[in-house]
Amino acid sequence: MYQVVKSEKLTPDVIKLEIKAPHIARKAKAGQFIMVTPTEHGERIPLTMADFSPEKGTVTIAALEVGKTTRQLGRMKAGDELFSLVGPLGIPTHLKQYGNVVSIGGGIGLALMYPVVRALKQSGNHTINIIGAKNEKLLMYEREIQEVSDEFFVCTDDGSKGHHGFVSDVLKKLIAENKKIDLVYAVGPIIMMKVIANITKPYNIHTVVSLNPIMVDGTGMCGSCRVIINGQTKFGCVDGPEFDGHQVDFENLTARNKRYIPEEQLALKRFMEAK
Amino acid sequence: MAEEEKKAPRKLVPKKYPMPEQDPKERIHNFNEVPLGLDAQTAILEAQRCLQCKRSPNRKVCMDGCPVEIDIPLFIKQVQEGNFKEAVRILRQKQSLPAVCGRVCPYENQCEGNCLVGKKNEPVGIGRLERFLADWERKQGTPGQIEVAPSTGKKVAIVGGGPAGLTVAGDLARRGHKVTIFEALQYCGGVLIYGIPEFRLPKEIVRAEVDYIRRMGVDIHNDYVIGKLDTVDELLQSFDAVFVGTGAGLPDWTNLKGENLNGIMSANEFLTRVNLMKAFKFPEYDTPIRTGERVVTIGGGNVAMDCARTSLRLGCKESVILYRRSDAELPARREEVHHAQQEGVRFELLAAPVEFIGDDCGNVKQVRAIRMQLGEPDASGRRRPVKIPGSEFLIDAQTVLVAIGQSPNPLVPMTTPDLRTTKEGTIAVDPEGRTSKKGVFAGGDIASGAATVILAMGDGRRAAKAIHKYLMEGPSWPAPEVFEKLACEV
Repeated sequence: MYQVVKSEKLTPDVIKLEIKAPHIARKAKAGQFIMVTPTEHGERIPLTMADFSPEKGTVTIAALEVGKTTRQLGRMKAGDELFSLVGPLGIPTHLKQYGNVVSIGGGIGLALMYPVVRALKQSGNHTINIIGAKNEKLLMYEREIQEVSDEFFVCTDDGSKGHHGFVSDVLKKLIAENKKIDLVYAVGPIIMMKVIANITKPYNIHTVVSLNPIMVDGTGMCGSCRVIINGQTKFGCVDGPEFDGHQVDFENLTARNKRYIPEEQLALKRFMEAK
Repeated sequence: MAEEEKKAPRKLVPKKYPMPEQDPKERIHNFNEVPLGLDAQTAILEAQRCLQCKRSPNRKVCMDGCPVEIDIPLFIKQVQEGNFKEAVRILRQKQSLPAVCGRVCPYENQCEGNCLVGKKNEPVGIGRLERFLADWERKQGTPGQIEVAPSTGKKVAIVGGGPAGLTVAGDLARRGHKVTIFEALQYCGGVLIYGIPEFRLPKEIVRAEVDYIRRMGVDIHNDYVIGKLDTVDELLQSFDAVFVGTGAGLPDWTNLKGENLNGIMSANEFLTRVNLMKAFKFPEYDTPIRTGERVVTIGGGNVAMDCARTSLRLGCKESVILYRRSDAELPARREEVHHAQQEGVRFELLAAPVEFIGDDCGNVKQVRAIRMQLGEPDASGRRRPVKIPGSEFLIDAQTVLVAIGQSPNPLVPMTTPDLRTTKEGTIAVDPEGRTSKKGVFAGGDIASGAATVILAMGDGRRAAKAIHKYLMEGPSWPAPEVFEKLACEV
């Protein structure tokens, strides 16, 4: 069992949990994820690590409360225990001095974006960070990301803060201004990553995206998370979660992530009614 | 009848005493175990079919067929006399997981295949006697700490808590070594937990076997992925030896067009959802599974039978096995094939998939398949299936399960640079289970490629002997060239 040491709402429906797991914290690197099973009857779901501290012996996860499992996490308080926690999994972000790196995050993707941009900054890159959400209230990790930014842009769909529009608008503008861009890193909703990849492709800007397919074991055993990369089948859990955005079959990923919608709705309904 | 049997001269009973089973019509609606086991009296009668024959230079006996070298005639003799406790003691000397092996071993090719009674009649039901004893022992209650040899002060790390790792753990703990198992999943057991279905191997039994090993003083760390957390090199800093038994967990694919459609999954995903995550109890358990009306399973091994039979229990209307060779070549145990047939699984033999066809939403709806015929024998000695031109046909399917094999788990080899592997990805080992890295041993599917539970346990048995020798007698180790050669031979 793994104890929650701190529980905090980042937005009305995003939970952040800091969990005691010294063995994982000691080894975790930016870009990796962990498999979380809240209870013995629960589902194993992959969650990105929003932070990890070898000193405190904790890892931090953030989850958008959409289904039963994430809502279960949403109700967890300090002192509660999680049934199972496995990680760190996946290949860490490849860190080096690229030069100018534009990192783009949307929604819950901002939680994963933070440790990645922090590591990119520590690796000596000029970090240009663009963050977005539907409205100001749904922005998260704003201050933390700003602290590791050389240039920083905020976007909201409704204009309640920063640029009124999408994160992709800012990227387009940077490209139009002939900004030298050595790497684009995008993490967020599938549609956002797809749009970003489509924008950078004609300019041949290397673009890395972090995918979040449905997983079961998370260690390469089952293939639930298979994604099509340049026509080849890869496993999100062991070959990813990061891939070349220009090679990802986003349509297939979108379809595959809808596989269990009826069951997910049933589980959620039962959970909400049992409350 | 029992009394008659006890009197000499004995008349040979030609068939095994039948083991009661759940009725096929009933059992396809539940996940309870299919064979129900023998009662004590029947077990004694079955044991009395044994002739207690002796080994001779030109004839193999039951024991010669056992990968873990159980003294079979000796424990059967005790059963004949009703001394179950003594029989269990003899069994336990060589067998860490008797309740498991008494259910899933391919006895027909092993112990029972060598049985003298079996030359002209049905062999003695050694497997069911093993199961009987293990179940009898479990029903006696838990005796607490299991006695082991005095501590040697040596520490051994086991990577992977499957059949190989559990066997090594049991054998070494018995000899007084301090053993720690690192298991990636939330429960120990490996394929016994995530792969083999409840109706063939109840998970309660696996838990009891794991508990037995724990009671020998073995430490178990679940949720612990070696290679992602500590590496093998790091383990060697705090342990005197390491055993790698990480199995063949990587699913093989057909690589045919349409394989990534929704509804197509690896046998591993399907079975892991159902067995490890208990999706058959959804929504009481949270992991979902769905079959639709027809499930097509591709493959003919035990895993394919497990998939086809599980599908029926999940409520599909028809469960079809698509296998490219004929009935005679089905690699599954005969009992599994028989059970599947009894339950109404349809065998579409001499047929192979060509492509998977989807609907507009990306869900599989049909499999295009082609008829095969058997040609010349291939490298495996089995006749090679050859396509019959123009014989393509379509079969509707809402779920397709790919059960055509598994490959070795790459995580430990990938993170242990000086561990020599073969081109198939298995870890190269010598007959004692030693690897190219001093102090590191390997066994089970990670060394042999996908095989059976009992073969993995046999590897574990040999490796445990070698580890014990290495720890107690001195650290001699084969030269690197030995492993270069081993890696190329396979």
